[in-house]
Amino acid sequence: MATDLTSPLSATAETNVAITLTPPVARRSRPYVRHWRLMLAATVLVLIVLSAIFAPWLAPVDPDAMDLAAALQAPSHLHWFGTDPLGRDVLSRTLFGARMSLFIAFCAVFLAGVAGAAIGILSAYFGGWIDGMVMRAADIQYALPPVILAMVLIGIIGPNTSNVIIVITLTNWARFARVLRAEALSLSQRDFVLLARLAGASPWRIALRHLLPGVRDTFLVLLTLDIGLIIILESALSFLGLGVQPPTPSWGSMISDGRAYLENAWWISVMPGLMLMLTVLAANQLGDAFRELRYSAREVE
Amino acid sequence: MLMYMLKRIASALLTLLAMSALIFVMVRLVGDPAHLLMPPEATDADRALFRQQLGLSDPMPIQYARFLAGLVKGDFGNSFHFGVPALSIVLVRLGPSLTLTLAAMAAALLVGVPLGIASAVWKGRLVEHVMKCFSVAGQAAPPFFFALLMIRFFSVKLGWLPTSGYGGWRHLLLPVLALGWYSAAGLARLTQANLLKVLGSEYILVARLKGVPERHVVLGHALKNALLPIVTFAASQFGILIGGAVSIEAVFAWPGFGSMMVESINQLDFTVVQAAVIVSTLLFILINLAVDVLYAWLDPRIRYGH
Repeated sequence: MATDLTSPLSATAETNVAITLTPPVARRSRPYVRHWRLMLAATVLVLIVLSAIFAPWLAPVDPDAMDLAAALQAPSHLHWFGTDPLGRDVLSRTLFGARMSLFIAFCAVFLAGVAGAAIGILSAYFGGWIDGMVMRAADIQYALPPVILAMVLIGIIGPNTSNVIIVITLTNWARFARVLRAEALSLSQRDFVLLARLAGASPWRIALRHLLPGVRDTFLVLLTLDIGLIIILESALSFLGLGVQPPTPSWGSMISDGRAYLENAWWISVMPGLMLMLTVLAANQLGDAFRELRYSAREVE
Repeated sequence: MLMYMLKRIASALLTLLAMSALIFVMVRLVGDPAHLLMPPEATDADRALFRQQLGLSDPMPIQYARFLAGLVKGDFGNSFHFGVPALSIVLVRLGPSLTLTLAAMAAALLVGVPLGIASAVWKGRLVEHVMKCFSVAGQAAPPFFFALLMIRFFSVKLGWLPTSGYGGWRHLLLPVLALGWYSAAGLARLTQANLLKVLGSEYILVARLKGVPERHVVLGHALKNALLPIVTFAASQFGILIGGAVSIEAVFAWPGFGSMMVESINQLDFTVVQAAVIVSTLLFILINLAVDVLYAWLDPRIRYGH
């Protein structure tokens, strides 16, 4: 048992040496390629995104084309993912569902990330009542789980694609703001920022040229780790009927549609669910590997 | 410590006040209840009377003041749809949700923490690989999808457990497993990572060198210090569990808080939505305060104000 664990003293000594000896250039390019988990996850994710983008060309048939004669068919060489009660091809619907789910998720992650980062950095820089206001707003977002807050907001402004994106952004910006504010705060105490200020750099220049590059790593890691969370949030909303409205397919609503047929036509729910699972899995692995690479040096410090 | 708690309570009350203002304004943005709820053939005079009766014809700040005064007395107004106090509707549904959430939390702790400990102690062995698969899978799908897979397998195929409904432990088992998996996965990973970190520190080496049995080193010396981040993480999982419970309740026809939210949103019953938001915010604040107390109890450095 105990022998399995490497001696703590030698472990720290080794990592310290590794840090001092690794030149910054090597950390920048090579490890990404060598990191097989990161490459595999990235490849899977890229393939899924490409299949979503090219769904109109890849899908065997029109996702809304009904064929009642071919209703509820099990997966076969004709319909790889089977058909639903209206005889629609589940594979085609899953591909088009990917389009909708991933479009919403990527837009929302991007908007929440950029808005949260900007708010966090600016509130760290300006401090005072602006900072107080921003942190209170973050408290409000944190006062309820994102799903519940998003449900209420959707109930009020109505479910459609752009509203879902807006609502997911509104319920997810605060994590970015809090983390990046903390990072920017500690950075702004550092000598190079003080020196820049002494040299007469404008606040905007300091925020953009000195603070932003310093928090970039954290930002990118948060962004990748959030993709999986937000795909799950979007699927929960559309599963509850508060996301994209039928007949437009999205993964969550497809999984919900198949609930009544779990007994004799499991593929209606399970196929889009497995696609969703594969996507979130790849996104999570990408985020984890990315974090490991970026922080392996920093955490030891 | 006392000052710290008072500060926390003050900031929590501020959040609650802000949330109540926000939900109050938003609900009134949806539209005039006199149009949403009355039949189309109602006359303008009927609508005016309706507004008068609900106090909707007064200016907004007065309505909000009345709303706040009601909140303090525990009066959240009547449900538009059922005509009974909104708070009672919310409270009736809170019980089943709390049962589900707390059971899922307990299951996540009971599975996740021991799995994390085992995979830290036997790093590189089978148990670590099992833990990795368990946690990667658990974090890759929404709980409602696991729920459907479990219903398909355990209820439809094997016929061991009921497919849905509210009742004894047999009804509770599948929802709890589906809901708790995600949190158990995170807990297992975090426990392993923290325990490994602590096991690498010098005081553990000293304990081992002076001949403390390995079991005591891990469960006594190391786990105590690895526990703090685990408590923080477990607390953060309450939100995730309550959020996940919404879709789990929909799958299992569980008469909980989440399914009530979905119903009242679909019925435009915004007094109930309003009450639900405020009650759950309050609940959340209480959970976080309880965690703060637990934290201080676990970590003497906080208790003595260092």
